[in-house]
Amino acid sequence: MSTAASGPSVQPLRRRLIRSLLYGRDTDRPAKARARIGLAVMAFGIIFGVIAVRLVMFGMTGDRPGAKPATVQDAVATARPDIVDRNGEILATDVKTASLFGEPRRIVDKDEAVELLTAALPDLDVNEVRERLRARKGFVWLKREITAQQQQSIHRLGLPGLGFLRENKRVYPNGPEVSHLIGHVNIDNQGIAGIEKWLDGNGLADLHRAGFASDRLQKPVELALDVRVQHALRDELIKAQTKFKAKAAAGLVSDVRTGEIVAMVSVPDYDPNNPREANDPTRINRLTTGVYEMGSTFKALTLAMALDSGKANLNTLFDARGSLRYGRHQIHDTHPLGRSITLAEVFTFSSNIGAARVALSQGVEAHKAFLKKLGQLDRLRTELPESAEPIVPKRWGELNTVTIAFGHGLSVAPLQAVMGINALVNGGYLIPPTFLKRTEKDAMALATRVVKTDTSDKMRYLMRINAEKGTARLADVPGYYVGGKTGTSEKVVNGRYVKKQVLNSFTAILPADNPRYQVLVMLDEPQSLPETHGFITSGWNAVPAGGKVIARIAPLLGIEPRFDLPPAERLILATSRESR
Amino acid sequence: MIARDKRTPLNEWWWTIDRILLVALVGLMLAGFILSLAASPPVAARIGLDPFHFFHRHGLFLIPAFIVLVGTSFLSPRAIRRSALIVFAVSLVLIVATILFGAEVKGAKRWITIIGVSIQPSEFAKPAFVVLAAWLFAESARRPEMPATSMALSLLIVLVTLLVMEPDFGQTLLILAVWGALFYIAGIRFIWVLALTGMGAVGTYGAYTMVPHVAGRIKRFMDPASGDTFQVDTAIESFARGGWLGQGPGEGTVKRILPDSHTDFVFAVAAEEFGIVLCMVLVALFAYIVLRALMHAHRTEDLFARFASAGLAILFGTQAAINMAVNLHLIPAKGMTLPFISYGGSSMISLAYGMGMLLALTRLRPSIEVESSGDSYAAPSPA
Repeated sequence: MSTAASGPSVQPLRRRLIRSLLYGRDTDRPAKARARIGLAVMAFGIIFGVIAVRLVMFGMTGDRPGAKPATVQDAVATARPDIVDRNGEILATDVKTASLFGEPRRIVDKDEAVELLTAALPDLDVNEVRERLRARKGFVWLKREITAQQQQSIHRLGLPGLGFLRENKRVYPNGPEVSHLIGHVNIDNQGIAGIEKWLDGNGLADLHRAGFASDRLQKPVELALDVRVQHALRDELIKAQTKFKAKAAAGLVSDVRTGEIVAMVSVPDYDPNNPREANDPTRINRLTTGVYEMGSTFKALTLAMALDSGKANLNTLFDARGSLRYGRHQIHDTHPLGRSITLAEVFTFSSNIGAARVALSQGVEAHKAFLKKLGQLDRLRTELPESAEPIVPKRWGELNTVTIAFGHGLSVAPLQAVMGINALVNGGYLIPPTFLKRTEKDAMALATRVVKTDTSDKMRYLMRINAEKGTARLADVPGYYVGGKTGTSEKVVNGRYVKKQVLNSFTAILPADNPRYQVLVMLDEPQSLPETHGFITSGWNAVPAGGKVIARIAPLLGIEPRFDLPPAERLILATSRESR
Repeated sequence: MIARDKRTPLNEWWWTIDRILLVALVGLMLAGFILSLAASPPVAARIGLDPFHFFHRHGLFLIPAFIVLVGTSFLSPRAIRRSALIVFAVSLVLIVATILFGAEVKGAKRWITIIGVSIQPSEFAKPAFVVLAAWLFAESARRPEMPATSMALSLLIVLVTLLVMEPDFGQTLLILAVWGALFYIAGIRFIWVLALTGMGAVGTYGAYTMVPHVAGRIKRFMDPASGDTFQVDTAIESFARGGWLGQGPGEGTVKRILPDSHTDFVFAVAAEEFGIVLCMVLVALFAYIVLRALMHAHRTEDLFARFASAGLAILFGTQAAINMAVNLHLIPAKGMTLPFISYGGSSMISLAYGMGMLLALTRLRPSIEVESSGDSYAAPSPA
């Protein structure tokens, strides 16, 4: 011990205690320090080792394509493929435009710039431009998508700090003709509705990220749509809507054998060049986004079920005397016959009681299973991002089967019903509908058989009979052998069915002996006219409108008119029997 | 000029200095200069300066930094202690002045302007503090009668108090870590190490529960979905984009959106433009400098040189490791510059001062000189 420490004062003693407490007694501290520095060397070796390993890990994973959230949007904003109809007519295309931007820091005289700019582009807001140019930013948009003349005139101003970026502006040359189906894009050229959105979701964004989506490389997207048919359908629907003062009208033409949707219109619609209108709730796409009680159209499904089960045939009798009482509920017919009627008559006279009895004869479970098989109980997904879930009763009892038999108590998207009817008349194949071009072969690969060929033949017959002597007579366009089924469903207002507000539909097939197309026409709340003799049922409005549509589109669809054909009795039923 | 037969101060310096360490340090400084060309123009452009503003200034700082580095490395251990004492005292005064008169930036007062030069006094306090603490710990081992340990503790308390008042938690953390390491090397009993670790854990937990911004950082580290991890995400992305060989000089894009690309996230910028291979070279340089300095500390007989060089190496290594680990998302975000690479005049000159002292302390000295300087460990003579 050193002399100071061994002194008699208390101070060092206390300190000695602290020292031995802190460092321990009689330790060789220099040696300890040396060992502990060795430990520090190890610790730093490990730390830098971990950092190096982490770097190697990054090197191994490399350039993951998914790791660039910031750049995706920029990429999509550049170019989109054209969308063409089945005949190559352009429905949507990119047009190169210039967008004006400013670099506020480089602008020498901001007031002069504001003055000259607003003179060249009178629709610019003076205050807004001034505010933007005064911002302490490197880049501000001044106006997106200006015309070539405007660009030229601004260029001639010779202002420093202004520039143009080439941008792609989406243009829909047909305006509102193909609105809901094709959807629209936002200002950055990203699809936000319809087929446009589907495009973005299906590889367009990936393609852009990979850098392959230059303008030239992009193949146009071919839709199943025929823009001529679309035009005719839309034109007739608007006429019908105006004539019958309906709230809305909708129509659809679908290829029975491929599931392709050749035309789809829901008016009121909007112009995709001005997509702001699309937010109006009255302009929704009623065919995919809305769900409706389809009314008597659903009787086709009910009867098909009975025929397909083998338990009934066209001549099986069902009791339609008086009304059908079920619990507190009574089912009436519009045209009571007061006798037992055959299954065929149930369809022709659109007997609710008959349809209910047909369904009851099959049982609740079979009814449910059949509708499930026809895809009526599940959400139908197509290329369009907009789709609606059908409203299916949570507890499905006999009463539900009774009402659903004639199309009440189950709400489906009309497109869904079209898919079901297609299956009933195309030989029995359920084919998921598509908006893209599809061959018959591809369609058959996707198809599932849901009813027998024989059942399908009988459904064709029943639908044809309807046009010969039933409710669809006004749509029997000569030469095209139209078949069809009408539907008039009273709307539910405040929980009650209202007689004066109806949703009418007409489903037609042409030609009925070997259907190629199905045409659906719907009118929302049509009003009675003197010429309809006060009636608002489907046969007086949706059916004649459908007839006009068929008369216009059948030649476009390449259906050969045939005259002097025998009635359905001989043409359809007889050939069907022969083929067996 | 540098002949072995004459004992001029210059050739004595040349033959005794650790030349490889010097080359490594100068290499790091040049790497920082080149990376500044990549990382700083977008930042300058963003705040409306000439794109090469930071680059030019970085180059400008290199000259005094180099002079300080070499000049300090000429000093004898005694002169080092003296200079550290002066620098520390001046820094403390300046920190106090900063707290009183400094301009507040982002809620903290860290900068003070003296005759037109904006400096960050806490940067200069760091190496001086480490040297002083090392000296006190060496004294505590050498002359038990001196109250050296308590003096080291009071030194720490003074500096940490001032740093917390600024506030500058990054520097506080660094100072605490280095002081703790020195105390540990000075031979504190292991039980106290455990106790201090426990206290540290309690303190961290306290900060986690009491200070919302610390809690936020840790939560974001643990669960990136819980908040805004923009900086770290973009940093990570730049490593992924860079790959092994990088996108090429000037081809980086992430630097344009990283707010602190020229300071805290320069490592990520380097990765994107020059690739992971270059980052590995940087890591190797840092590791080499730190480990070599620690090996010197391990070897030397001079207790003060051992503690001081170990302390300076740990200060340098910890700062580098924390910065790189944050860039690589290995630890929660903590603003810390990468020594000699990140932009910053005060930081660079302070680092040059610290590394100059390290070079001076690791010079080869004849053992006679070690003993005669009075710094050697002398076995207590019997009373």
